[in-house]
Amino acid sequence: MTKLQNAIIGGVRAVLGQVPASWLPGGTPDPLIDKRVALGGQQSRIDGPDKVRGAARFAAEVAMEDLLYAAFVHSTIARGRIADLDVSDAEAAPGVALVMTYRNAPRIGVPPPIGLTNLKAAGNHTLPIMQDPEIHWNGQVVAVVLAETREQADHAASLVRVRYDAAPARTRFEEGKASASTPESILVERNRLDKGNAGQKFAQAAAKVDGVYTTPWESHAPIEPHAATVAWRDGKLIMHDATQMIHATAGSLAKIFGLKAEDVHVSSPYVGGGFGAKALWDHQILGVAAAKLAGRPVRVALSRASMHRLIGGRTRTEQRVALAADADGKLTALLHHGYGVKPRHSVCDEGFSLTGRSLYACESFDIVQHNVELDLLANSFMRGPGETPGTFAIECAMDELAHALGMDPIELRRRNAATRDPVSGAPHSQSAMMEAYDLGAARIGWYRRSAEPGTHRDGEWRLGMGCATGTFPFTRMPGTSARITLDANGDAHVASAAQEMGMGTATVQRQHAADRLGLPVDRVTVTIGDSRLPFASFAGGSSQTASLAAAISAASGKLAIQLMRLAGNDTPLAGLKPSEVEFADGGLRSVEDPARHESFASILRRAGRGELSAIGESGAPLEVLKYSMHSTSAIFCELRVSEVTGEIRVDRLVGAFDCGRILNAKTATSQFKGGMIMGLGMALTEETLLDERTGRIMSTSLADYHVPVHLDVPDIDVLWTDIPDPRTPLGARGIGEIGTTGVAAAVANAVFNATGKRVRDLPLTLDKLL
Amino acid sequence: MTPLRYVRAADKVDALARVSSGARCLGGGTNLVDLLRQNVEQASELVDISRLHGAIQERDDGGLFIDASVTNAALAAHPLVRRRYPVLARALLAGASAQIRNMATVGGNILQRTRCTYFYDVDGARCNKRQPGAGCDAREGFNRYHAILGASDQCVATHPSDMCVALAMLDAVVHLSGASGDRSVPLADFHVPPGATPQVETVLLPGELITGVELPPPTDAMVRSDYRKVRDRSSYAFALVSVAGGLALAEGRVREARIALGGVAAKPWRARRAEAALIGVAPQSDAFVAAIREELADARPLSGNGFKIGLVERTVVAVLTALAGARA
Repeated sequence: MTKLQNAIIGGVRAVLGQVPASWLPGGTPDPLIDKRVALGGQQSRIDGPDKVRGAARFAAEVAMEDLLYAAFVHSTIARGRIADLDVSDAEAAPGVALVMTYRNAPRIGVPPPIGLTNLKAAGNHTLPIMQDPEIHWNGQVVAVVLAETREQADHAASLVRVRYDAAPARTRFEEGKASASTPESILVERNRLDKGNAGQKFAQAAAKVDGVYTTPWESHAPIEPHAATVAWRDGKLIMHDATQMIHATAGSLAKIFGLKAEDVHVSSPYVGGGFGAKALWDHQILGVAAAKLAGRPVRVALSRASMHRLIGGRTRTEQRVALAADADGKLTALLHHGYGVKPRHSVCDEGFSLTGRSLYACESFDIVQHNVELDLLANSFMRGPGETPGTFAIECAMDELAHALGMDPIELRRRNAATRDPVSGAPHSQSAMMEAYDLGAARIGWYRRSAEPGTHRDGEWRLGMGCATGTFPFTRMPGTSARITLDANGDAHVASAAQEMGMGTATVQRQHAADRLGLPVDRVTVTIGDSRLPFASFAGGSSQTASLAAAISAASGKLAIQLMRLAGNDTPLAGLKPSEVEFADGGLRSVEDPARHESFASILRRAGRGELSAIGESGAPLEVLKYSMHSTSAIFCELRVSEVTGEIRVDRLVGAFDCGRILNAKTATSQFKGGMIMGLGMALTEETLLDERTGRIMSTSLADYHVPVHLDVPDIDVLWTDIPDPRTPLGARGIGEIGTTGVAAAVANAVFNATGKRVRDLPLTLDKLL
Repeated sequence: MTPLRYVRAADKVDALARVSSGARCLGGGTNLVDLLRQNVEQASELVDISRLHGAIQERDDGGLFIDASVTNAALAAHPLVRRRYPVLARALLAGASAQIRNMATVGGNILQRTRCTYFYDVDGARCNKRQPGAGCDAREGFNRYHAILGASDQCVATHPSDMCVALAMLDAVVHLSGASGDRSVPLADFHVPPGATPQVETVLLPGELITGVELPPPTDAMVRSDYRKVRDRSSYAFALVSVAGGLALAEGRVREARIALGGVAAKPWRARRAEAALIGVAPQSDAFVAAIREELADARPLSGNGFKIGLVERTVVAVLTALAGARA
């Protein structure tokens, strides 16, 4: 974002502040907030049975005639150029069709960068891909081998000989800090925030804490490694991909390969976990290029090691948080300064410094973050980008402040709960952080916590409890669209190029469409996951459900108008305006007189129509500029720390969420739990081993990159306030990412309560507690 | 992975013949297949012995003979192992995952190779073990999991096995067959320190095969034994440090002490100095501390694993204290 964009967004915000709420999206609360039949229930995922039976075909499983398998050769230096490339042994190896390098790769464009301004762009970096001998990071692909079997391709890849002219590379975080850049904006927010003379307030405060918190590099580890099966047919491209951005991928591939948008078809009905990782990276582009060169279909299925070298993760961060409060615990100053890595070719901001701008009422702020520009794989988004590392720093600092004040940590939050946005002054659309705290505290039994650290024990184990706030902003993406088709039976079929990574997208929208149209769920189908369906933006930023819901809602409105037009005068509804009818019982009825009703099937039959369809679109999300729209959570952790070994065993996690209305209790619980387990991984084990001497990632397997195992995961209770947000479709805010936020801080705070030891450096490995 | 031939051994004689003509012996494949796939190791032929009948036989003297192809899962579940050598059952169950233990064999477990991440990175890292003379990237790199005892300038890798730590403590003996006949080597002497030749990890000669492991008749300290593994997550992780301990008391004094350490050296580390220091002392924590400090006097930490010295000390003391209490 540029200064100009900052100015534009600031201007729009100022204008919208004066606009009556009723003019904006969400101005009139969605009637489905209260009128629920299927919504709010326990519908099981409709994709579940096929996945359990093995009938779901993932991207690496799509059968194709004449398929070639790809293997990658990765660079072993961080910066420089390829001096020598000998592919003769590889080309001569059994089964090899070809070896592609920068010398023979098709000439292609650079990926268009993903962003909020171009919904058809998906590039995580902006480097040319296999177009020249330049090396930009350790692990970049320098050769692609295509062979008749995967094993033959892997073997031949080991025979490629590469010699490099290495150039000095910037790979060390500490050294990079000195020349870090300070961007104008982070996502759509102005970066630097200086309000109310925080430095002076901090200096004069009655109580204060000031600490530096660090979070490590983290790598994506979804259960399904990245994969794509690619074919060119008559100059058109078909890609079976594992992606959470179908149309953005299709649009990007069209741009990179100089194709018309309609000549790129991306299919991705099932994705084995996304978390921000399943975007457009080099492997799909190289697969498409290699398929073009070979004239045959190609399958790319990344090894875990290749994933670590090609799929960017969450940057390491170093954050200083300084908090000041008056004697009553009211925050007077919040200072948050920090560094993350963002290579120059990277597109994704890790906006950790955004967290503290909305969370608590505070008199003054001094906030800014800097980008350390290193020669590394582009960092990317990972579940809860920004807020996940941001809440670790802020929420540990809040715990430290509570301790310094001799105040219960929940009480400290209560005294600082914001009643409006503390920076802009905008009203909340809905916010009930303390209700979440009350729910969670009751569930975990917070009264059992000892205020004095290190006082509870059980044999060699010291016991403790901690809490922390989680938060994530509401987002609704413009442009997402959905088509509703009513068939002759009056059943509804919803279609959109939305994405299913396992969280229940189609399941929940089926409930939604059923309630919206007044149908039972078994008369509604939802089809997603293909670029031939109506345009949808990415599944990211916890925005998909709201965006798709807005589109379905808009489509239903158009459908009502069309139905009334078709119904004509020979209907019980004759004479009514579209605004005077509502969907009910598989048809339309008069709002005033429910007895006046006609079914969809009857209307269509009389009009001689076999089907009727309408497309609706999620409009501009102006509500987020007028209102402060953030979800919050209260995370509680109970754990034990061995006095002998420093090992941490988490006994219990409770997450209480204030995310508007919950649409499906079963899938929501699963989402929240999954997010919390990811937060637990961040707290306890996850750390990418980046060797700063070489810029090379050394933890390239699941044996070296530790995600939590079942035994690490305790009983998890998930609760929610279920208070509707009157400004959002269905009264709901996104829930995909907030589960991860706040967890690491809750764990670290519990460790402090157990041991009296404050660890500000993740992950909380045992050596830090000895 | 280089293309290779795969054959199932018809019997032990067939396996031996193939191994002596250059084939690699395949047990459960839980480590070797990874090594082959990542080109850390090469083989032209694999001879699979996992289908050969593997037995656990009780000896007349009360000891056990365990065939090399017995799986880790079967060994851990064997009633005599659980009763007479609990440390072994617990060590086995502390290792890997249930699925891996169902595949992994006793012979393969002994011969598994270090998990040093630089050892596995054939393309991008230097490793003297993989390529003698290349250099060691672990010394100044990520060495949190690496050795504090018995390492050399050439190599600081650790042996990753849990089972072997218990076997070392139990005075297990490895039985070998080769072209020049059969021989046996104490497990504690089977793995060798890296010295100047870290590529040499055991005394196994080319063409030799591990046929089995013998456990001596159980002593009191073998029966009264435990295994404690300290790691970065609660399951499915290699040991940062592990302790196999056994204690027998008489008249309030230590009569027999057995201690072996894992995660500290290129071999399962039998702590004989500590054991000797404990004989005849009262089983109290200060005595335990003094004994293990004697063992660790030569410990040399690296940049990332200095915590292991204190961790070993505390874990040993905790294990011995519990055993002493259990005895009382």
